[in-house]
Amino acid sequence: MGNIKDRVAIVGMGCSRFGERWDAGLDDLIIEAAYEAFEDAGVGGKDIQAAWFGMTVAPYIGDSCTHLAEALKLHGIPMTRVEDWCITGHEALRNAWFAVACGMYDRVLVLGVEKLKDTGFGGLGAGRGMSPVLEARRTAPGMFGMIATRYFHAYGLSREEGKRALAKIAVKNHYNGSMCPKAHFRNRISLEQVLNAPIVAWPLGLFDCCGNSDGSAAAIIVPVGQAGSYRDNPVYIKGIGQAHDALLPSNRPGFDWLHFESLINSASQAYEQAGISNPREQIDIAEVHDCFTSTELLLYERLCFSPEGKAKEDIDSGFFELGGGLPVNTDGGLKCFGHPIGASGLRMTYEVYKQLQGKAELPERQLKDVSLGLAQTFGGPPQVAAVVVLGKELGYPGTKSGDKNASL
Amino acid sequence: MTTGIVSYGAYIPLWRLSRDAIAAAWGARSLGGERSVANNDEDTITMGVEAAVDCLSGYDRQVVDGLYFASTTSPYKEKECSTLIAAAVDLRPDIMTADFGNSLRAGTAAMRAALDAVNAGSARSILVVASDCRIGYPGSDYEQNFGDAAAAVLISNAAKPRAYVEGSYSISDELYDVWRLDKDTYVQSWEDRFITQHGYTDSMYKAISGLMGKLSLSPDGISGAILYAPTARAQQALARRLGLGSNTQLQDLLISNVGICGCAHALLMLADALGEARPGEKILLASYGNGAEAFLLRVGEEIDKVRGGGRGVKGFLNSKKVLPSYVRYLSYRGLLEPEPGAPLRLFPSATASWRERNWAIRMHGSKCRNCGTIHFPIERVCFNCNSKDNYEEVRLSDRKAEVFTYTLDNLAGRVDDPTIAQITLDFELGRARTYLVMTDYQPEDVSIGMQVEMTFRRMYESRGMYHYFWKCRPIR
Repeated sequence: MGNIKDRVAIVGMGCSRFGERWDAGLDDLIIEAAYEAFEDAGVGGKDIQAAWFGMTVAPYIGDSCTHLAEALKLHGIPMTRVEDWCITGHEALRNAWFAVACGMYDRVLVLGVEKLKDTGFGGLGAGRGMSPVLEARRTAPGMFGMIATRYFHAYGLSREEGKRALAKIAVKNHYNGSMCPKAHFRNRISLEQVLNAPIVAWPLGLFDCCGNSDGSAAAIIVPVGQAGSYRDNPVYIKGIGQAHDALLPSNRPGFDWLHFESLINSASQAYEQAGISNPREQIDIAEVHDCFTSTELLLYERLCFSPEGKAKEDIDSGFFELGGGLPVNTDGGLKCFGHPIGASGLRMTYEVYKQLQGKAELPERQLKDVSLGLAQTFGGPPQVAAVVVLGKELGYPGTKSGDKNASL
Repeated sequence: MTTGIVSYGAYIPLWRLSRDAIAAAWGARSLGGERSVANNDEDTITMGVEAAVDCLSGYDRQVVDGLYFASTTSPYKEKECSTLIAAAVDLRPDIMTADFGNSLRAGTAAMRAALDAVNAGSARSILVVASDCRIGYPGSDYEQNFGDAAAAVLISNAAKPRAYVEGSYSISDELYDVWRLDKDTYVQSWEDRFITQHGYTDSMYKAISGLMGKLSLSPDGISGAILYAPTARAQQALARRLGLGSNTQLQDLLISNVGICGCAHALLMLADALGEARPGEKILLASYGNGAEAFLLRVGEEIDKVRGGGRGVKGFLNSKKVLPSYVRYLSYRGLLEPEPGAPLRLFPSATASWRERNWAIRMHGSKCRNCGTIHFPIERVCFNCNSKDNYEEVRLSDRKAEVFTYTLDNLAGRVDDPTIAQITLDFELGRARTYLVMTDYQPEDVSIGMQVEMTFRRMYESRGMYHYFWKCRPIR
């Protein structure tokens, strides 16, 4: 396989305010994110040569790129609609990345959006999957709750120990989110609040579940050789991994509900492309898919931040907190920033981009000495995952092979 | 071989409601004891499947040539239920099916039709399933008196019967005693004294005495009497009038612990009686409904033969949980409308259901002929070895399984069913893995490693149809 590390740069990004945006329709959210990205890159809608558009949720399934084209008045350019569960934003970026890296386009817009709060109910509802009878009552918290139950069992955590480990993740993410003006939830919470909250899907309580939010995020990507003409601090795409499991986790014979190949393979692809051999040491910031606290717990291990079964020790030591060895979800994550599905991968990418540029809104949450960041999404029953590695220096980290064309 | 009852089965729902709780809700008189209540995912079809499976336990399902279903509370006015039950029970497609309804005698009418069909040579084995879930007006005695249950008998000449049918006698009698119009939910009735005297007692007496005359039988020659009755009092009055003495065991009416279960009741009592019958006993079976029908049964030597895991009446009676409230009963029967909750997002399709019938209704998995991996639902391409279309179908509905992981999901629930136990499980057969919802459980029951069994349930109503699928439950 080839490698296109450092061939494409992000020169502009935007992110709407996330939350219950009763005031904003789909088009408003698109405009809010796109125009921030345009301004950041110093371009306009008419400069865009091609677009990749991520959006996943009914009632907007099946209407192509219409919303993107009409909101931004993009005329006569190639556009692609991407729908890939929770990794949609990253999947849009991955395909746009190929198009720029191969030399086909010079300025590409990648935009993800979701308008979830026009349904009249909280959450994503029951009945997720392919079969109306088999999966009539399947829910997102239910599926990730089954991961938590199995994790506790596999590593010998009592219900109380497990719940506490998860709760600490929620407390951390709320703390981080409290400093983000665009986040859905900005309240700090206590461990007791998390532990005493009503159960949504055992063992997940209310504060173990992410925000069900409206929002949009966008990126402008260009060939690396042109990046300097837009800005002096572009962010380079080091690698993007993506993998899809063959069967729903619930139907896979013998599957342990912990070692998802989608997670393992997407991470190893991205690490190999980027030249990362020790993620725990080399990565300076990670935005991971904390749709539920149980997911973040598992991801610490599948992304090789913590040894297998030992994530609890790193949680207890504060390793993933803002001042820790590897800060995770510095903007509050899906938990607090919110989770408009199609936008989330790009929202995470936005946070890493801003941190790499030293441009976090508030100085107290700006990380020091960040040069390599990771954004990661995990979606579906769950069944599919993506990992994006970004850096602010060309050539870093040193790679084993494959980036000899990096300066092209 | 002689035609007779080769096997029998029963089903009583897990949930029981104390009659005191019903009475207390209305400030009414309690009839005492408890009644069975079908769960909110049960109806006469799903209960019928349970009784059929209980009846066929230990028998090869391939030998059944027909299924007759009897109910006065069928979920469908137009659409056969026996076909759905036959598919869920995984019978052959080349069988006779028919639905019987409208009468409290429909269960024994279906049994008589099955006996006639086997005797006439149309079939060798017919499974008769009777199931009822009648609803009395809230606050009425009927509400306390009725129960929900199903029963089944396998009529066959292909094996030695557990009970021979020595003779039968029928009476048809036109009167209004209990009825429902096509638009009625609740059972209507005329004055109790009239319907007991001129309806129940007269018809039953005529049918039974007619049978005894036909067979030159005296009350002394009857060792057991299975007398359907609307109340214990009516049953005892009839026994006295028939002159049944202390030599005759009057079969328990199951009023104190189940309730009167419509057209399933006579066969439910029969299943209960056969569970304890001795070879050579002569048992009278009589049922009522716009007339009456009496049979004389002679218990065969086969009654003592050990069968498979059929639970029978006693097995289901002893496995029970008490419904937390009368309100829950009203909601289960759809008599009050609970808050609907967020809509379910997947929309069923008649065509898709038809294509998927082998796994969704028959609960077949696919077993790879190359590597032996079993999948549920059926997979054309093997997950393990990627062999394509190289599998045989295997039935999983009669296999036990073990919980691998679970969640207790409050988001997926509804007011009357607030917590959905979502289960990933491994079947004992080939460790086939799947996901099912658990039913008939309490949250504290659920743990990794617990044993579960399969149960056919109504999932929901959508697009004008009821949609059925399999759930798991703690082993009863």
